Amino acid sequence: MASRDEAPKVNAGSMADIAFLLLIFFLVTTSIETDAGLDRKLPRVDNIKITQPISKRNLLPVLINGNDELLVDNEAVDLRDLRTITIAFLDNGGATQADSNYCDYCQGRHDSKSSDNPEKAIVSLMSDRETSYGTYISVQNELVAAYNTLRNRESQRLYKIDFTAMEALYSNAETSESLKIELKTKIRNIQELYPLKLLETERQ
Amino acid sequence: MSKFKFKKNANTPEISTASLPDIVFMLLFFFMTVTVMNTDTLIVANELPNASEISKLEMKDRIITVYIGKPKEPFHETLGDEPRIQINNKLVSIENFGAVILEKIAEKPEHLRPYITVSLKVDKTASMGLISDVKEELRKINALKINYTTFKDDAFQNILK
Repeated sequence: MASRDEAPKVNAGSMADIAFLLLIFFLVTTSIETDAGLDRKLPRVDNIKITQPISKRNLLPVLINGNDELLVDNEAVDLRDLRTITIAFLDNGGATQADSNYCDYCQGRHDSKSSDNPEKAIVSLMSDRETSYGTYISVQNELVAAYNTLRNRESQRLYKIDFTAMEALYSNAETSESLKIELKTKIRNIQELYPLKLLETERQ
Repeated sequence: MSKFKFKKNANTPEISTASLPDIVFMLLFFFMTVTVMNTDTLIVANELPNASEISKLEMKDRIITVYIGKPKEPFHETLGDEPRIQINNKLVSIENFGAVILEKIAEKPEHLRPYITVSLKVDKTASMGLISDVKEELRKINALKINYTTFKDDAFQNILK
């Protein structure tokens, strides 16, 4: 009778036990999402081999040997320098002003011994069978980062937004259709300025 | 004044633990939203490398996941030390790999087949030989969209052995 004014208290002690049990179940059966990575497109099998010979200056050979050492254009290179070397190669714009291949948006050194323009510049990545995958991914990451840096720079100059931000918006399911169409043309334009010509082969 | 009895409460007031389940539920909701249920038991070691220039794999129904790595401890004796391919709880040899991927593509609905991405989840210590073979097989069966699945972090950590 004396406890009529206060409502009977539910013993909440077992609530914590139930919660811990569910938590342990989830910790054991799930894993942190790892659904992101480097997107690549493999070349088709019926590809006719190079239609016109690529001159040496338009090709940047990147080799990784079995000991995970890098050789870029026959020079031993540290992974940290790879990005700057690739950017210098892609952005070179070696073709002269009179040439039809002239690249007016390139801010590189315009060295005639390096690539003519970004559309002709090809990066070739060759790995050994013994190369470790981690190093391979780091190298790929640096090469893609070089392309992205240049693409972001052009995108900022033309559209005041980063290229990677546009790509993220475009693939996001929540953006509207009209915005996606607009983004698609812009993305296409930037991709044409710096096309991703990255060949992946294995050393025989 | 002495009408009021000064009851000396010798007990220290108990700490209310009513909010403890709330805290635990918050942790639980965090895990429920951030993680995915693992339907595959990994037979191979699978520590993914890091990369910073990654894009998210949006549509889960268009992905075929391929795990590659050295077999884990309990299977080490029977399966050896070479990196192996695992698709959906079963180990696959490189000869059957093309056929198995074609099977998996055939399981998907018609309208998704041109958009299928093969997600390669490769252990960071695996050697490139097998991966080159896998890429050749994928080229032969025309599954050209691939994704090297990684964690999002600084890529220089991969090379610190």
